[in-house]
Amino acid sequence: MLQNLSDYIVFVLMGLSPRSRIGEALNFFIYDTVKIFLLLTVIIFVVAVIRSYFPPEKTKLILSHKREYVGNILAALLGVVTPFCSCSAVPLFIGFVEAGIPLGVTFSFLVSSPMVNEVALIMLWGLFGWKVALIYIGTGLMVAVVSGMVIGKLKMEKYVQDYVYQVKVGVSVIEEKFFREKLTYGREYTTDLLKKIWPYVLIGVGVGAFIHGYAPEDILAKYAGRNNPFAVPLAVIIGVPLYSNAAGVIPIVHALMEKGLPIGTVLAFMMAVTALSFPEAVILKNVLKMRLLLTFFGIVATAIILVGYLFNAIL
Amino acid sequence: MKIEILGTGCAKCKTLYENTKKALEESGTVAEVVKVEDIPSIMKYGVMSTPALVIDGQVRFSGKVASVGEIRGMLP
Repeated sequence: MLQNLSDYIVFVLMGLSPRSRIGEALNFFIYDTVKIFLLLTVIIFVVAVIRSYFPPEKTKLILSHKREYVGNILAALLGVVTPFCSCSAVPLFIGFVEAGIPLGVTFSFLVSSPMVNEVALIMLWGLFGWKVALIYIGTGLMVAVVSGMVIGKLKMEKYVQDYVYQVKVGVSVIEEKFFREKLTYGREYTTDLLKKIWPYVLIGVGVGAFIHGYAPEDILAKYAGRNNPFAVPLAVIIGVPLYSNAAGVIPIVHALMEKGLPIGTVLAFMMAVTALSFPEAVILKNVLKMRLLLTFFGIVATAIILVGYLFNAIL
Repeated sequence: MKIEILGTGCAKCKTLYENTKKALEESGTVAEVVKVEDIPSIMKYGVMSTPALVIDGQVRFSGKVASVGEIRGMLP
């Protein structure tokens, strides 16, 4: 139906030929934009309402009674549903540590929370289909669990900034909201988020449409295909500074995949964009000593690169 | 009355500070508004997501930017 609509607008109303490059690019742009905004509005709202049942204070309580392994898995899963903003990373980290949650378990949460986020999932689902979105969730959770376990095994508690252990955390009040308040929260959250990301979506889809219409077929298969062993690490390095722009990056990556970028490289790039970022590193520096911060980034980056190679090999 | 805005200085914290000022202005309430930016003081309130609003030592909400109207509703 959406395809018919964008066909109608571009080929009938605007009178462009379906075979012309401009016609193809414009058709792609309209179809993707409408689809993505529809998905974003509906799903962000649903996710926001679900999230209102999992305030970080509750997550902390659940995790505080857990040991490693089970704790890592649970933390990765809770990371998906607990609302998280990197600007709150410091109080969250201190709250977790003070509640006696093992360091590795805390890191599983810190990895999965930004990585498996609703915007990335919607964009992946809308553009790549539900299979790729599911693979992303599955491997994202795996990266979070494994990275957390490895950090736990390294016993790096002494590389947390010393003052963290001295902070006295007051009793958290978990406010119980009525269902109607949750709906209001969902609506506000959706409007806020859409307001923030809409320009990135438009730019991303625009660049994607341009690549779709104008870049030669298979141009990337030649340079960044399966046979280039450096493509995956390079994708991760490029992904780090693109933080918080999952909305803009995914449409571009989608177009690149059509031109021959293999799926493993796509996944690795996406994960680097969402999970690793300079601003978050700067914020986490407040609670982590340099050695732990670098270890954290190193382990997560390695896990992501492995995921990239794995999927390039099997799919 | 003392109102504290808890937050480590992110954009959302600034918006909440401005909304609070506006709410006080509109309702004609006199109160001292303080930004609390150092982490141990924020943690004393058990808050895990910022920004948060504290009125006379009591956390009213955390992890969101309340509108001017909402804040007015919380003023005595």
